[in-house]
Amino acid sequence: MTEAAPPESSARDERLRKRRRAEQRFQFYGMFAIGLAITFLAVLLVAIAAKSLSAFSHHVIELEIDRPDLAAHDDLSVTDTNLAVRDTLLDQFPELADDRRERQDLFGLAPRLAVLPLTRDLQKNPTRAERPIRTQLVLSDDMDLYLKSEFDRHRSVQVGAAGRLARTSAGSYRLTDAGPDGFIAFQDSLGTFGKDRDDILISLSGAWFELTRISGAALVLNHLAGPVPDLGEQNAAPIEAVLLASKSADRKVSNRQIALAILLAGKGQIKKRFNANLFLNADSNYPELAGAAAAIVGSIFTMLVTAIFAIPVGVLAAVYLEEFATKSRLTELIEININNLAAVPSIIFGLLGAAVFLNTFGLPRSVPLVGGLVLGLLVLPTIIIASRAALRAVPSSIRAAALGLGASQTQAVFHHVLPLAAPGILTGAIIAMARALGETAPLLLIGMVAFVSEVPASPRDEATALPVIIYKWFSGAERAWEPMTAAVIIILLVVLVAMNLVATLLRRRFERRF
Amino acid sequence: MLQTLGHLPIGWLLIAPLAAAGFFAFTIGRTQVAALPTGSSISARLNSQPNYHGYFLAFSTILPATVLFLVYLIFADSYVRGVMVSELPVYLTERGPEQVDQFLERVAQHTQSRGRDATGIALFDASVARYAQLTGIARIIGILFAVLASYAGFAWGRRQLDRSFPARSHVEQIINGLLFVCAGIVILTTVGIVLSLVFETIRFFSTPDGPGILEFLFGTNWNAQTGQNFGAVPLFFGTFMIALLAMFVAVPIGLFSAIYLSEYASPDFRNWAKPVLELLAGIPTVVYGFFAASLIAPLVRGLAQWINALPFTPDNLLAAQPTNALAAGLVMGIMIIPFVSSLSDDVIKAVPQSLRDGALAVGATRSETITQVVLPAALPGIIAAVLLAVSRAIGETMIVVMAAGGRALITLDPTSDITTVTYQIVALLTGDTSFDSAKTLSAFALGFALFGVTLVFNIFALRVVARYRDVYD
Repeated sequence: MTEAAPPESSARDERLRKRRRAEQRFQFYGMFAIGLAITFLAVLLVAIAAKSLSAFSHHVIELEIDRPDLAAHDDLSVTDTNLAVRDTLLDQFPELADDRRERQDLFGLAPRLAVLPLTRDLQKNPTRAERPIRTQLVLSDDMDLYLKSEFDRHRSVQVGAAGRLARTSAGSYRLTDAGPDGFIAFQDSLGTFGKDRDDILISLSGAWFELTRISGAALVLNHLAGPVPDLGEQNAAPIEAVLLASKSADRKVSNRQIALAILLAGKGQIKKRFNANLFLNADSNYPELAGAAAAIVGSIFTMLVTAIFAIPVGVLAAVYLEEFATKSRLTELIEININNLAAVPSIIFGLLGAAVFLNTFGLPRSVPLVGGLVLGLLVLPTIIIASRAALRAVPSSIRAAALGLGASQTQAVFHHVLPLAAPGILTGAIIAMARALGETAPLLLIGMVAFVSEVPASPRDEATALPVIIYKWFSGAERAWEPMTAAVIIILLVVLVAMNLVATLLRRRFERRF
Repeated sequence: MLQTLGHLPIGWLLIAPLAAAGFFAFTIGRTQVAALPTGSSISARLNSQPNYHGYFLAFSTILPATVLFLVYLIFADSYVRGVMVSELPVYLTERGPEQVDQFLERVAQHTQSRGRDATGIALFDASVARYAQLTGIARIIGILFAVLASYAGFAWGRRQLDRSFPARSHVEQIINGLLFVCAGIVILTTVGIVLSLVFETIRFFSTPDGPGILEFLFGTNWNAQTGQNFGAVPLFFGTFMIALLAMFVAVPIGLFSAIYLSEYASPDFRNWAKPVLELLAGIPTVVYGFFAASLIAPLVRGLAQWINALPFTPDNLLAAQPTNALAAGLVMGIMIIPFVSSLSDDVIKAVPQSLRDGALAVGATRSETITQVVLPAALPGIIAAVLLAVSRAIGETMIVVMAAGGRALITLDPTSDITTVTYQIVALLTGDTSFDSAKTLSAFALGFALFGVTLVFNIFALRVVARYRDVYD
């Protein structure tokens, strides 16, 4: 259009162009805003999913325990199995038996309570211990994180052929080069690291050392793990150096533990497997043993109480307000109340629960019964509003027809209107339940944040819930809690997505447009 | 026998016989009336279907027992505890009601969960036995009365049944009453909230450690955890500051999204973009809290440290705390986007098409139509939407608990770890709490303030929305 305009009207052209640019800019702002919001959503989901990935798998150490005397124990305790596991580990690494710190490094690979499943198993059928048992122990969270993050960044280099191995008075070892090179090439390659280099492990015929320094043409080594070869000439056995990606002072895993992990992994004793603990175990102080089972069951009980309380009450209240109530001050008050309650912050409902259910009625703390009631009150307005919308969508001709055929109003509502509105009501109820499932703050105030080490068996047992355990694990000090927290978030989000999908499908499948 | 009864966890099991009695009464009522000889004349016909007679009999059997059951639920426990307290040795009651409560709580737990395993502590075991006995007595009385009441109801109802008995209208009245009770629970909830908040707030101001109302409202020194300083201004300040930060994110993005979706977007785009935007509202706030604390807060901190390190800024310009108000505000803003956008979307769509047509007809571009005609017409509704969003931001808990800090500061620096009302409520009431200290009661005073502020925002916004709807509908 601008091309067609006469040349003398260039001022008008200019204005038109400006207005058109303004129009395009405005439209772009809108697109940009939507794009930004969707990007936020995507970043949030991807970031949390990426963080959670490592928690869904974990490393275990596989041991064969040959301790027939365990079968004779009357009351086998965790300590007994733990001792057996330690003996087995020492049998495998006898060179570490003499020094207390070396033993601690070895035993620290797995937490003390990692033997719990094995202990329970043996308590049930003690005769199993008569033959050697193959068992898998969960590695400690620090070791697990190391294996997941840094283990693959080890770089292995061939250093040269071993000359003489000698012991120094300070307890360390000196290793010379068999060749004429005198470790020159190795030192040159180390030069690129500078003085502040990361730690280096040296392997010689199955034994692992850490490199403390290079003195002249010899490596000064500290023994870590594996049988030390006989001192003296090493017959030009190959020397391998593993360049680690960090210094031992900067991480929680010692160099000896890394050497042990390399040795065990070499024998195929360290395995990565799906972290079933996450779904089967209750809460624990050790992230590597903690699971969300108690929280999942607690959430199920809480939702059950919420559903039993809020859905019937909400639907019936909606039926009353939409179908029976005559316009009066009282019904008007109820209407205003519903709208306001829907916007009251959830934490206020927590205060209500603490003051009324706990303090006045004296119900126990931390139980799904109270949590479910509080959440029920919280979602009641949502259910009422959704149910009323569904009831309103049923055309009045249905009611008129029923009444015209002689049905009473109650019959018209319960036999005709309510069944027709059921899909919409159900959809609203599911969405309200999804909201209740993600609610955290009210549950904190009624004490559902307590440490619960047993899976609850009834709504009157102490329990916790999925969103609460997210909050709780998030506050944990160990680094391993973060992926665990993200993993529980993913579980929660999957459940929520499933609930919303069901609601959407219900609506698609059964909704009738009149 | 009484003790055994007291140990049983039977509270819920009582529902089963009640339901069975109801079913039994229904069958009796129906068959009894159905068996009546009927004729074709008006007086010889049944007034109501046999089913309704059944329902009537079932209701008259169940309702009295249910009422008694509720009474039992409310009063039995306090009766048992009252008797227990009067029988406890003096040296225990002298330690104050808090200790006694805790003791009885443990006794109750033990009685319900672990049966009669002796602990070896003489007083405790004796208390458990006595508690079980008293609970047993209460239960016997309760069950006895319930049985009597339901039998009386059954007998009375059965006498009523007759051909001419208007069972249907009676049943419908009962149903109507039940429906009303359900609707009344909403009012009860509000009353419960207001009463509990008011009651505990009054207790807070009347405790010896508690502050005066003026000190609470205008004091600038808050330290409830360890000290006795209850000046809540820093908390209100932090709350509004974080809400303001959230609004800086949510209002532009939400408003522009709403404008684009309602005025420009093709139906296809709208159909998938709108649900995706609303996903943001469906994500639990604890997830946002995790996101804010573990991803955004370190970013903000890094940025603040970088700014501090710039040559032309003083080194301590920004606080650069690991948890900070900016992270909480930004993420809260993201969470609130769908509130602003879907409410604004509704009000923008409610603006009559004739206004747009008029503007377009006199040569305005679409953006000019929107900014100069549609938006001014929709302004009250948009303001209401923003107010609702602000009230939502003020009451938001988990994001600030996880990503904002706990220090009661008044500072304009968004990278410092300022605290909020909701954060303090959670901090004060989590863990073992007794309802007597000024510390826990202060949480209720804060809750009352929070409730009041959000209520004012909500009522105002809902009024505007309602009036606005009237104008254009």
